[in-house]
Formats: sequence, structure tokens, C-alpha cells
Amino acid sequence: MTAPLSPPSAAQVPSADALMTVTGLTKHFPVTRGIIIRRRVGLVRSVDDVSFEVTRGETLGIVGESGCGKTTTARMLTRLIEPTAGQIIFDGRDITHLSAGAMRPLRREVQMIFQDPYSSLNPRHTVGAIVGAPFRLQKVSTERGTKRSVQELLELVGLNPEHYNRYPHEFSGGQRQRIGIARTLALRPKLIVADEPVSALDVSIQAQVINLLADLQNELGLTYVIIAHDLSVIRHICDRVAVMYLGNLVELADRTDLYARPRHPYTVALLSAVPLPEPIHRTADGRRDRRERIRLTGDVPSPLNPPPACRFHTRCWKAQEVCRTVPPPLEELAPGHHVACHFPENT
Amino acid sequence: MAVRWGRARGGLNQQEAAGPEDAPGPQPSSMLEVRDLRIHFPTDDGLVKAVDGVSFALDRGRTLGIVGESGSGKSVTSLGIMGLHHGGKADIRGKIWLDGEELVSAPAARVRELRGSKMAMIFQDPLSSLHPYYTVGFQIAEAYLIHNKVGRKAAKAHAVDLLGRVGIPNPQTRVDDYPHQFSGGMRQRAMIAMALSCNPELLIADEPTTALDVTVQAQILELMADLQEEFGSAVIIITHDLGVVAELADDILVMYAGRMAEYGTSEDIFDRPGHPYAWGLLSSMPRFDRARTQRLIPIPGTPPSLINVPSGCPFHPRCPYAASLGGRCVTEVPLLRAVGPGHEAACHLPIDEQRRIWTDLVQTQLAPAASQADGEDA
Repeated sequence: MTAPLSPPSAAQVPSADALMTVTGLTKHFPVTRGIIIRRRVGLVRSVDDVSFEVTRGETLGIVGESGCGKTTTARMLTRLIEPTAGQIIFDGRDITHLSAGAMRPLRREVQMIFQDPYSSLNPRHTVGAIVGAPFRLQKVSTERGTKRSVQELLELVGLNPEHYNRYPHEFSGGQRQRIGIARTLALRPKLIVADEPVSALDVSIQAQVINLLADLQNELGLTYVIIAHDLSVIRHICDRVAVMYLGNLVELADRTDLYARPRHPYTVALLSAVPLPEPIHRTADGRRDRRERIRLTGDVPSPLNPPPACRFHTRCWKAQEVCRTVPPPLEELAPGHHVACHFPENT
Repeated sequence: MAVRWGRARGGLNQQEAAGPEDAPGPQPSSMLEVRDLRIHFPTDDGLVKAVDGVSFALDRGRTLGIVGESGSGKSVTSLGIMGLHHGGKADIRGKIWLDGEELVSAPAARVRELRGSKMAMIFQDPLSSLHPYYTVGFQIAEAYLIHNKVGRKAAKAHAVDLLGRVGIPNPQTRVDDYPHQFSGGMRQRAMIAMALSCNPELLIADEPTTALDVTVQAQILELMADLQEEFGSAVIIITHDLGVVAELADDILVMYAGRMAEYGTSEDIFDRPGHPYAWGLLSSMPRFDRARTQRLIPIPGTPPSLINVPSGCPFHPRCPYAASLGGRCVTEVPLLRAVGPGHEAACHLPIDEQRRIWTDLVQTQLAPAASQADGEDA
């Protein structure tokens, strides 16, 4: 319990079938003040010492509340922002500090799906130009020409290939998300990082896109890292789930294991907070027969000044002195189930 | 609390509402009654029928949930009740009775008097609904000052009291804070305090938790349930999240393309829904309290444009059962009709057929409840 601060064992030894191995990934954003003389007045610790591994063909989900660093992690995986520390190994190559030029060929292999299908498509470009952009930028020539390939892609994601010359505004939200997915698939990537791929969509459309992602994975053998805040969506699409809280990875486990036996108190609270679509009954005196629920008090603290040691201790009902002084290491408590907590549940 | 919870009566059927001459006044017991409300917006592209024939009644102490996807008319309905549509831009017809007083034909000044005192609203995005220039305390006290004959000091004390009531720590000092000094959950609490400042008898919450994280959402939902028990007001909660409605609502109105698709108690809608759209919503939703299914069953197609609402039943292009009725769904608008006591659905399917499809085809496809042991793939 008082183990020294060492990188967690989860990702130390990259296994043979690991597509991406992340070790001690950290991102701190400096907060500066002053226009001429810039002084650093603080540090936003968005992501702190996060390690995990993405196995070929699997879907890894990252869940957490706003400000937990899940999007920052996604952007570092795709090298859209520079990590402060740590290492990212993709397909046996260290890509942590590759230059933009050296990174370019690798961009074919790691692609990203964005959250908002309204702002991630250029309104002045036709669908053909948007989906064909990866071919143009990577100077890839396809067998039967870019147009043919784009139309095949549109068909693959369930859009009409004749809509090649239309503009994004002519499509609904769900269709736009499909256009974004077609663009992502253009270069046949190995890894797709999807940041909240369905959260901007209506419930009935969400299911269409979730099924599409699953079909594409089966058809093309893709590996996904999916970032989402919706625990039901994550459970449906992911094989393994990582839970983040305030920049730290607090739990990493198999989907079944995580939902049936959550071990970190935060995961337990998170799962119990989700409102279930089951009607609540009134008792005889008219009061609501409420569900038993773990209530976390207060809000997530600011990552500008995170609580010391275990960052969850300010809201945790099990917190003891040790939680305020010794950061809990991410330990494997059961096969494949990693938890960073001094007093885990369900053991 | 010895309040008797009456049932909200909804969807007084549309034929009855069609003849305004013989339409009687409101039900005496209901806090709010809406009858055949139509809100249309003339635009350059055509007439947008945002709300087209919505009727329901709501008693004190009860909660009505309005669910629907974006563009289903749920927010437009609530803004219509609050009298917040621009008179020149919206064409509002029908009747809205608040505690027996008709609002659609009431002068703007009277609606203004009621707004904030007798009826209040909680908006979705607390950051854009709070004024950044004024302190939170000032904004809470504002409505109280306008609607009551009190001094500034008393109004401020009232604001402090309300902030404490909605669970903000150190309300005496936080009352002088500006909205940016509050976190998202605290801002939503401040919005609730503002809405409660004059003890409204009708409270409308439009997606009150959509902008919040789950753990904070749970806090806010609990707070709203507590406050309703304390104040005994009638509440309308508008949301797209079936989990949130299930948590709060006694009755549920499902809207689709500006029309009422189904109306019933929370049990009716979740346990024996009668409209194919409600079936679609329930089966397209992944749920982690149920066994995991391999695939979700989505509703095909996309929600219609309100300028070009499909003829007949607006849901027919997406409905898997429309073909079995031989074109009736394309030509004839289905009226709300009773499918059970107090439970109505606007669908042409014969009631027996409807029940059969739900129990034999739809319900069986829904994932079974997760077993205690595991809850893995069904």
C-alpha cells in the first residue's frame, strides 16, 4: 500500500500484440500572465502519469467527467498536442517526439473521429473534397481514382455515393458523423481514436452510429480508442474500460469486470449516479421511492491545483489519512483489473 | 405531508379540442392545462409547425416529463407556456390555463406578472442564462424584488436563504460572487434558486442537467425531487434522456415532430408503451443495467424537418409497421386514442395488434435484466 512511486505495471512490458503502449503520459498546460514579460503563474495538470496499452483489434474506452483529461489524452495519442512527459509507442515505434514531417506517414495509421459533426467538417467543401482530403494530403493515388474511392467509402458508411457533390449543411447530424467516419477510414488506419463520437447525436441516431462503428471494426479489423462520458455507450462498444479522474487513471479493467465489480470508489459512484430508465414509484404517502445511490458531494476540484496524493480523497467516503499523503499506485488486483486506490471496493 | 397526488390527465383527445366553441373551461383541480396548443413560425422557407396540437393537464405536486429528440417541439412548448415567444414571429393558438387563468389570450403585462412569480423556468445552459455582469445574489433577488413589496436588504437575505436551500456552501459569502466564480453544478443550483425565488406553483425545467456531469446530475435531480416535495409545485421536466425522466416524472409525454406521440404514466411508457416511436427509443438505447446485447436496434432514418412534416403520421417513414396498414399511415393523421386507462397513443395500429407487437416482438428483443452474477452478453 505504501509502494514507492513507480510507473504502473500495466504497461511496462509491451506485449506482442500491443498496437499502442502508453507509459507515464503527462500533459501540463502552463498558465501565464503578462503580455511582454510572460510569467508562469500556474500549471494545469490535465493528464498526469497515465499508462495503458491498446491491444490489436480491441476497443478501449476512456470514461470520466469533464476536465478529467480524457480529450487531452486522445489528442496526445494522435500527436495533436505535445506530451509534457511520457512515452507513446505505436506499432513498435516510439512516436512521442517525432517531428511533424516524420509523423506524417504515421498519420495514415492513426486517425481521429471528432465529437461535433457540425464544426469538424468544412462547410465550404463538398463531401467529395472532405472525404478525399486524406488522399490528397498524403499523396496517395488509388487504383481507380480518388472519386471512385470516396464513393466506395461513402457506401461503406451507409451514405449515398451520389451525394459526392453535396455540402455538409445538406446533411443531418447523424449523416455528418458518417461523413467524418468515412474521412477517417480513407487511408485504412490501424488505430482510430474517437472523441465522443455519438454524444452530439439524438438517441435514435446514436444507435445507428454505434452499430456502424461495430460493423466497421469487424469488417476492417480496426482498433479503437473511444472517449465518452456516457457509461452505457462505453459498456456497449468497449472491450476494456479505463476510468479517469482529474488527470489520473484510477481504474482499468475488462468491461464485464468493471461494470459487475467496480473497485475504485469513484467508479462505484459514477456507475451509481447514472439515472436508469426504469420508472420510479410513489409510496403510499406520495413520496418518491428513490434508488439507493452513492452521492458524491461537491464538484470535481480544479486541475490547476489538484488535491495531493489520491486526487479523489476530497470527495471519497472512504478517505483516510494515507489517501491525503501517499498517492495510490495503479495495481493489478485481479487478472487484468488495475486499480489505483488504498481501499478498493469489491475485493 | 398530507398532499393527495391526483393523476395528471393528458391528451384530452384532439377531436374534442377541435371545436373551441364547445370546449369547456379547464379542469378545476389542475395547476396547468394545455389544450390543443399550436405554435407555428412563418419563415421564408415555409411554415414551421413546431408544436401542432399538444394537450395535457398537470396537477400540483406532480411531475410531467416531456421527451423527444431535437426538433420535436418540447422546448417550444415550454417557452409557449411561459409566454416567451415573440408575438410577431410566432403564431400561437390553443389554450393554456394556469390555475384557471387563460394565458394565450391574456395581455402581455399579465403574463409578465405571472412569469417569475407563479410560474418559473430553469434553463438548460446555466452559463449563458446567468448574466456575467451581475452577482448571483442580485440575479436571484431581482425577481423577488419585482414581484414582492420588499426592500433590497430583505431581498438579499432571501437570496442567501435560497442559496443555502439549494445546497451552496457559505451562502452569505457566495451571494456576492459572480457567475464565473461558480462551477457548473453550482450555477445550475443558482438557476434553481432563482426560479424558486417567488415560490412558483409551476416550475418548468428545460434540460436542467444536460450540461452537467453524471455525478453532479445526480445531485441536481435529487435536489429537484426534494424541493418539489417541500414546495408541492407542479413540475414539467423537458429532456431527451429517458433516464432523467424516469427519475423524476410521474407522467410522460412523448413528442415527435411537434405532435404528441404518446402520453401516459411513467409505468405506461416504460413498461407497456403503445407507440412504435417509443418502442424504437427504448430498443435503441444501450443500458448498463441490462444484459449486454450484441447490437442495438436503431430507428432507421432521421427525424423529419418541421417545414416538411411527412403526410399522415409523421413517424411513418421510419416506422417498421406502417407498411402493414396499407397506406393508412401515409394519408391519415392518427389521433390520440386510449390504449389503457389514462394512457394514449397516436397510432393507427389496432390496439390488440399493438399489444401483441410490444409483448411478442419488441419487448423480447430488449435485453433482459442483468443477472446479479455477471450481466454479460445476452
